[in-house]
Amino acid sequence: MPSDASPSSPAIPAGPPSPAGRAGPAGLAGPAGLAVAVPKAPGVTATPTTPSVQRARVPMGNPHATVISAVGVSKRFVAAQRKATSFKEWFVRRSSRGPSEDFWALRDIDVQIGQGQTVGLAGANGSGKSTLLKVLAGILRPSDGEVKVTGRVASLLELGAGFNGELSGRDNVYLNASLLGLSRREIDKMFDSIVDFAELAHKIDDEVKHYSSGQYVRLGFAVAVHVDPDVLLVDEVLAVGDEAFQLKCLAKIAEFRAQGRTILFVTHSLGLIEDMCDRILVLENGEIIFDGEPAAGTKVLRQHLGSLPSEGPVPHDLAPVRPTKLTFARDPGGSEQVQFDPGEPLTISVTLEAVEGAPEVVYLHAYVLGMHEEPIWLMETTGGIPLTPGTETVVDFTVPAVPPLLGAFAVSVHVSNAWTGEPVTIRRFDDLFGISGPQSGGLLSVDYEARPRV
Amino acid sequence: MLLDRRSRAQTRVRWELLRNLIRKDLKVKYKGSTLGFAWSLANPLLLMAVYYVVFQVILPGRIPNFAIYLMSGLLIWNAFSGSVSGACGSVVYNANLVKKVRFPLPVLPLSAVGFALVHFVLQLGVLFVVIAALQYNFFGLQLLLVFPAFVVALIFTTALSMLVAALNVRYRDTQHLLDVALLAWFWLNPIVYNMDLIRQHLHSYTWIYFLNPMATVAATFQRAIYKHPYATINKHRTLILADPGYTWYLEHLAIVGVPSLLLLWFSYRVFTRLQADFAEDL
Repeated sequence: MPSDASPSSPAIPAGPPSPAGRAGPAGLAGPAGLAVAVPKAPGVTATPTTPSVQRARVPMGNPHATVISAVGVSKRFVAAQRKATSFKEWFVRRSSRGPSEDFWALRDIDVQIGQGQTVGLAGANGSGKSTLLKVLAGILRPSDGEVKVTGRVASLLELGAGFNGELSGRDNVYLNASLLGLSRREIDKMFDSIVDFAELAHKIDDEVKHYSSGQYVRLGFAVAVHVDPDVLLVDEVLAVGDEAFQLKCLAKIAEFRAQGRTILFVTHSLGLIEDMCDRILVLENGEIIFDGEPAAGTKVLRQHLGSLPSEGPVPHDLAPVRPTKLTFARDPGGSEQVQFDPGEPLTISVTLEAVEGAPEVVYLHAYVLGMHEEPIWLMETTGGIPLTPGTETVVDFTVPAVPPLLGAFAVSVHVSNAWTGEPVTIRRFDDLFGISGPQSGGLLSVDYEARPRV
Repeated sequence: MLLDRRSRAQTRVRWELLRNLIRKDLKVKYKGSTLGFAWSLANPLLLMAVYYVVFQVILPGRIPNFAIYLMSGLLIWNAFSGSVSGACGSVVYNANLVKKVRFPLPVLPLSAVGFALVHFVLQLGVLFVVIAALQYNFFGLQLLLVFPAFVVALIFTTALSMLVAALNVRYRDTQHLLDVALLAWFWLNPIVYNMDLIRQHLHSYTWIYFLNPMATVAATFQRAIYKHPYATINKHRTLILADPGYTWYLEHLAIVGVPSLLLLWFSYRVFTRLQADFAEDL
């Protein structure tokens, strides 16, 4: 079943996901997600254990060595009211402890991550992915089980954590890198490169408190990626900064990947995981429910998220991004029509109106729905769609050849924040389009023969 | 293996990191005031001038050269109380760092100790210059006593600093208790009053008084810098320092030095034991 969405203009990079091998369980096209221009390094394939060619910088002989190992890791958070937080309480309330109200953020996690793997950690809010990252980073102690991480760890849990506003950018770079385990000589060597990457050569001797939030974050990221980490742990930090810098960050991560460093990142953006990871870990209620291929893992996660929506999106007429109009035509910009024959091209155009507070970049899922609201196929934008508040953006989903279906179909448009993956709004349009397949009944026309067995 | 070494660099205390943190604290504290650092050196001098005027001119006291007597014991006490009090809040104050970055956490209290240490050394230098300028005769072999006393003070200060820093994360009232304790503790040292007073009250139990490591340390500093063990009070020649000799000081420094070392070991154990939960408790 062809199910491609192709771009109407080069400005909206909604390229068709390759249909082969991406087809999902319900005949839905696999999402290609956020295809930002990340240069994939030559010679690196997306299988977990393939050694990369450019490992020269990483001082490690065995590419299959386990770098991150967690065995039976559990993390329990003790309910705050049960814990004495002062000596006074400790004396006063010793005997009057209530029953346990502990919360298990992680339960019995077993993960081995080999050198050079890029692993995405995904899951709904509160599924434990950030906790797992902190445990692996050595910041939280697991209540049970064992964690071992080999090599220098750079954790981007928050960019610029530990910067002191009173000090100059230069001093902060030295201090921060020193905290991460670098010697002065090593920092000296990298200093210019850090400043260049952060694009802050003109301000590096100013106090950090006079930096804009974007400059602050840029410097933080620049330090973290220049400390020559063996293991990079990233938590959602790429959701900050302007788009150009985000692309730069992603390119840097891709470069790390090519160099055979181990990367583990938490993100809500499933597109990013499909794009950049060799492997995905899906967490739910502190347990790993999927470990394997990103394409399969994101599907599992989407199903789980779909069945248990954590928070419903805002009604479409109140959301910061409003799908206002839906039209059908043969070609992008062509005259509207609602009846199509199988094999004809079809363009479904969605008009988005962005108001104040809209995310800078969104992605769309468009479900084509049958008469009982069952999804017939799914189309996703492959790249983020940049929006400007106060303007309208038209997104065209182009199907080169309409499948041989019979009936009238509706379209439901889901808008999500491209950086966080959070749903923004959903609109199911009432507009219908028809496909007049040659069959006399049934949804799909299939080649068949009917004859008595001889 | 290189990777293991790189791992360790993130969990072991390194001198360089400690130095950088101390430098940061100094820079932050004295930023924006050109005379900033000079002020902190001048502070004990001003105090000394005030005491000089009060006890030498207005209320001539029992201790001759009271200002020098006071300063010789006070500087090391200030270094101690500044370290412990600064270290106590060090982990909590750097909560953002502790929760987001993996680094050797003992550097936080240790840098508070280092910060106070830098001030102490410089203030001591200034004190020497000033009392030399006052033509007070303090040169002599007894000055060497400064070194063992300093070592014991450093061990004890570091031990207590690590302990309170770790406890304060879990029990936030540690800071308040500590402030009160330090206030009281100050009067358990022969800094403002002289040893004769203590001996008059404790008689043969005076040794209990010197179980307080800081009392022994302060007494040794006085013997080293103030130098003169006897003074004429009410026409009687009175021993105002702990002991007229030198060996007494060395013995007593050893007596409090050994438990201080044990305390340091214990505090380090407590700190490394508790540090794994810092990120959670903050």
